[in-house]
Amino acid sequence: MCQVEEEYHEQLERVDRLSLSQKCMKCKEEPAVVVVRAGDAYCRSCFRESFIHKFRAMLGKTRVIFPGEKVLLAVSGGPSSCSMLRQVQEGVGHNAHKKLRFLPGIVHIDEGGALGQSIEMRRKKTSDLQQMFRSTGFPFYIVPLEQVLDLPGSVLVAPSARSDRPDSAYKAAVDLFLQSGGGSDPAGPRQENGQESLLDVHESRTRLLEQLMDSVQTQTAKLDLLNTLRQHLLVHTARKHSYSKLMLGDSCTRLAVRLLTSISLGRGAQLAQDTGFSDCRYGDVVAVRPMREYSAKEIAFYNHLFKVPTVAVPNLETKTSDKSSIQRLTESFVTKLQTDFPSTVSTIYRTGEKLQTACRFSSAAEDSDRCLLCLSSLEPGAEEASALQATLLSERLSQTRGPLSSVPVEPEPAAVGRCCSSGPCGGADCNAGCSSSPTGPQVAGMRSLLCYSCQRTVRDMSSVHHLPPYVLSEAHRRQKRSAMKEQISQFLLDGAEEHD
Amino acid sequence: MPVLCSSCSEKRAVLKRPKTGHSLCKACFFWAFEEEVHHTIVTAKLFKPGETVGVAASGGKDSTVLAHVMKLLNQRHGYGLELMLISVDEGITGYRDDSLETVKRNQQQYDLPLKIVSYEELYGWTMDAIVKQVGLKNNCTFCGVFRRQALDRGAVMLKVDKICTGHNADDVAETVLMNVLRGDIARLRRCTAISTASEGDGVVPRCKPLKYAYEKEIVLYAYFKKLDYFSTECIYSPNAYRGYARTFLKDLESIRPSSIMDIIHSGENLSVRDGVKMPVQGTCSRCGYISSQALCKSCVLLEGLNRGLPKLGIGKHHRLHEKLLSQQPLTESEQRKLKPVDF
Repeated sequence: MCQVEEEYHEQLERVDRLSLSQKCMKCKEEPAVVVVRAGDAYCRSCFRESFIHKFRAMLGKTRVIFPGEKVLLAVSGGPSSCSMLRQVQEGVGHNAHKKLRFLPGIVHIDEGGALGQSIEMRRKKTSDLQQMFRSTGFPFYIVPLEQVLDLPGSVLVAPSARSDRPDSAYKAAVDLFLQSGGGSDPAGPRQENGQESLLDVHESRTRLLEQLMDSVQTQTAKLDLLNTLRQHLLVHTARKHSYSKLMLGDSCTRLAVRLLTSISLGRGAQLAQDTGFSDCRYGDVVAVRPMREYSAKEIAFYNHLFKVPTVAVPNLETKTSDKSSIQRLTESFVTKLQTDFPSTVSTIYRTGEKLQTACRFSSAAEDSDRCLLCLSSLEPGAEEASALQATLLSERLSQTRGPLSSVPVEPEPAAVGRCCSSGPCGGADCNAGCSSSPTGPQVAGMRSLLCYSCQRTVRDMSSVHHLPPYVLSEAHRRQKRSAMKEQISQFLLDGAEEHD
Repeated sequence: MPVLCSSCSEKRAVLKRPKTGHSLCKACFFWAFEEEVHHTIVTAKLFKPGETVGVAASGGKDSTVLAHVMKLLNQRHGYGLELMLISVDEGITGYRDDSLETVKRNQQQYDLPLKIVSYEELYGWTMDAIVKQVGLKNNCTFCGVFRRQALDRGAVMLKVDKICTGHNADDVAETVLMNVLRGDIARLRRCTAISTASEGDGVVPRCKPLKYAYEKEIVLYAYFKKLDYFSTECIYSPNAYRGYARTFLKDLESIRPSSIMDIIHSGENLSVRDGVKMPVQGTCSRCGYISSQALCKSCVLLEGLNRGLPKLGIGKHHRLHEKLLSQQPLTESEQRKLKPVDF
């Protein structure tokens, strides 16, 4: 494990030189055109077949998507999500061998506003995407990220899934679907053509979004926040149009990077949700990742060989250096390691497989037990000897020396809210600066509503007041509620569950 | 204008804490560093009054700081511990002999009893001799496996109740990353534990009081305290694969200094799926040491060395364990595979 010459090198090194005359390893007849993994050379048609099969098998094996269900595909325009779109297209097509029996729709989030792109550029890009989406015949929605500013607070409140359907329910649902002759023409009656108007964004909204992004001082936190907001908007769009599944195009490579990123950001407890096949933290809308067994390379080959159109969409990470953010650094680390040790991505990916994926909080968990931003369950009162407590202690000890004897650490008020509580500033002018907004939540208290990692992100913001209104008002609501609960706490009996 | 210490607001700050970014004066830094280790020891309940604790000492910065801080906190907070130093002599000329000199000086400085156990007396092999036979490939496997057991043997000889090691936050975070990269879920789950449970006879519980201390702060502490330590890389370990993880961690730290703690936090909160196969712990049927196989790794490695088949313990050859135990000869093809590679 630690020497120059790794002993497993022998197994990892490419076995033999590739030759043009090599035959497909599957049919052993046609000449191979693509080497997917070391040693696995496929001909064109076998590659296509295996690629398609993998997609169907993933959906069949996991039994999460029910026949007749409405599924919203999140398409960014990149290779992976476009490849996913193609798979669905082929799957629901009339001549498909084994038809996929769900009703697809497409959503694209236009993030140009967060990147400071000109409106012309955004229009051009969306019209390209629109063209692509229209050719699929599926309903589609192109949503500007600015809409995240107008989300309802309900996005942060996950309604419990309609019912925990047992495994047998899947088969029953399939049978029922077949009996009712469903799927005869899913695309027949052209459903509400969900083409949302092209980018009618008011300039003032874009400016607000820019302000929000500018208030985040590190690229790492920016990416993390953007990710969260995008997720909220996707879930909201799905809900609005009554889709119960959200399909994400994360590839194996992407997930391996995400896994390592999540660990580095302190999201250990959410790893399985972040990288597993299905993510049910949003309750009634379940996110699924059917592309998770394809490597980025495999997807690139497929798209190239079968002319899958993609639209190059710049994002926050475009043209940034390796060390601009933790996300970017991790990506370059994994891809570089992958070139030297070709099993890197799959090993990391398989590590994720072994993590807990069951939704620990199905319906019982109250909203206040979840992170305000990422909706993951908050770690129940961190142990005293933990990295969290150790960090809090370090911060406390490095600041003005207080009474030392009390070793149990009380959470230090968030840095942003400090000026009122301790600083030398007079209360008068301070009031104006700190607690001016009437609905604004107390920033100090915000910390307790966030998970470890989202706390880190919010710490990198100059002011939480730039967060979208639905986040702030929900924070306010939760704070009020917990204050109320505190007041009546002595009258509450243990184990009393509130039912609303 | 000189920067004032953010803790006492009186003295001039002399350093910026790598962990939090605060500027501190010397006294406040020492105090914060020591209190943090104390907090770790108290909250994790690492020791009980009256216990005898062996400090694993290599002479390097981590263990030197550990010995210093343990001695100091034991007095300051009245832990009521009896401290000793345990060192392992791997038999590496030009490296361990020099660092052991440091340990011997530390023994004088801290006035603690010292026990040195050597590979030569325990196994009949020095690392120099092992490297001569196996070459520079896989030699770290031998050294690592033997050291773990050697420390335990030393601890048993000294009759200590616990061993504490100088693993710092960087080491723990790096191990989390390594285990993810290697897909080793069993180790991933236990590598963030601050102490190991007592696992049976011959195995002494271990703990890491410096688990939440940043490597850079340990160096700062040693530097300002002018502690006497030895800093040279082992001449046999160029650390290739772990090196990638290490570089990655340092890069992460440079982007966001809290990354190290964040990774440990992640590691502490991972939940492993039910039904993932975990190795079952048993004991070695030859020496009685803990092992998940019929024979423990160090017995297999030793057998390999003694038979002139050094690769016996490298990689997975569980199927051969039965043969080794019943002293059957190996077939010729098996032997050929396990011989050292000729260059």
